[in-house]
Amino acid sequence: MHELQITERILDIVLKHALGQDVTKVVRIHLRIGALSDLEDEWIQHYFDYLSRGTVAENAQLAIRRAPAVLCCLSCSCSFEVTREELGRARCPECGEPGLELVAGREYLIENMEVL
Amino acid sequence: MSDAVRLIEVKEEIHADNERVAQGLRSQLAQKKTFLLNLMSSPGAGKTRTILKTIDALRDRFRFGVLEADIDSTVDAELVAARGISVVQLRTGGFCHLDASMVAKGLAALDLDVLDVVVIENVGNLVCPAEFDTGAARNVMILSVPEGDDKPLKYPLMFTVSDVLLVNKMDYLGLSDFDLKAMRERVLRLNPRIQIFEISAKTGQGFDQWAAWLSREASSFIGPVSGILRDIRP
Repeated sequence: MHELQITERILDIVLKHALGQDVTKVVRIHLRIGALSDLEDEWIQHYFDYLSRGTVAENAQLAIRRAPAVLCCLSCSCSFEVTREELGRARCPECGEPGLELVAGREYLIENMEVL
Repeated sequence: MSDAVRLIEVKEEIHADNERVAQGLRSQLAQKKTFLLNLMSSPGAGKTRTILKTIDALRDRFRFGVLEADIDSTVDAELVAARGISVVQLRTGGFCHLDASMVAKGLAALDLDVLDVVVIENVGNLVCPAEFDTGAARNVMILSVPEGDDKPLKYPLMFTVSDVLLVNKMDYLGLSDFDLKAMRERVLRLNPRIQIFEISAKTGQGFDQWAAWLSREASSFIGPVSGILRDIRP
């Protein structure tokens, strides 16, 4: 729902990192977005295409990798990956306890970008 | 010039800016000794009514202010102002959530020197507000009985970022097939540290326990000494 605001941030960060690096064109931007995000990849790209017009990032492709949610067991401290659908239903695969804490799955990271 | 593709490392978190503003706000509020509470829920879960009832319960102990966020209306702010409570209306103009900068603007319009607790009534939405740190000391969410016990499965993020879950409209429980036990299990699997209070903002059920929690949290934030010294009400 707030894809536009997020996309503005992505563009700001990309342009900041391109500055002074002799970049003529940003080809691809690699993003890592946690499984708990409800943002639509397609809309992020649409907004990016619109916002980036006339900048070095025009026509850049957003390569979005979904990072899994990771839970940590409060009883035995083991951590394991779950899908979004398994959240709220999961039990620790080691000890079977239901007390689990989310340790990853909320991230919104720009990892790197391919430039010319 | 080479036309070979080069890789530039970025490693930057998109929300980092907002988190910086939120942290700044938190230290400012700690200095001012103002406890900021962020209240989130879907539309119609009973945020405004819960705020009013909570203030009624704790008015003798704390001086309250309210930040009302709405996409485009002042209905809630008018209700709060009618009770003589300091309130600021934030119109998000289509935005689905509040971020720390918007909260900072709203707080600037309140006199924090005469307020102990400020409650943010976030935009009614179980998705977006969960992603943005507002600078609040604590996050509280409401799930109302008519919304159904499956909401933790549909909107997991909201339940993972909240310190407290208020299950509101408990007076509807007998009229619905809401499974309280299943809901609790789902929530605790997402967030084992969350505090759950069953309330009804209509009948007042459960407000003693909820108000006691808020009172404890706010007192420990504000400090016991200032709580006694600052007994002059505006």
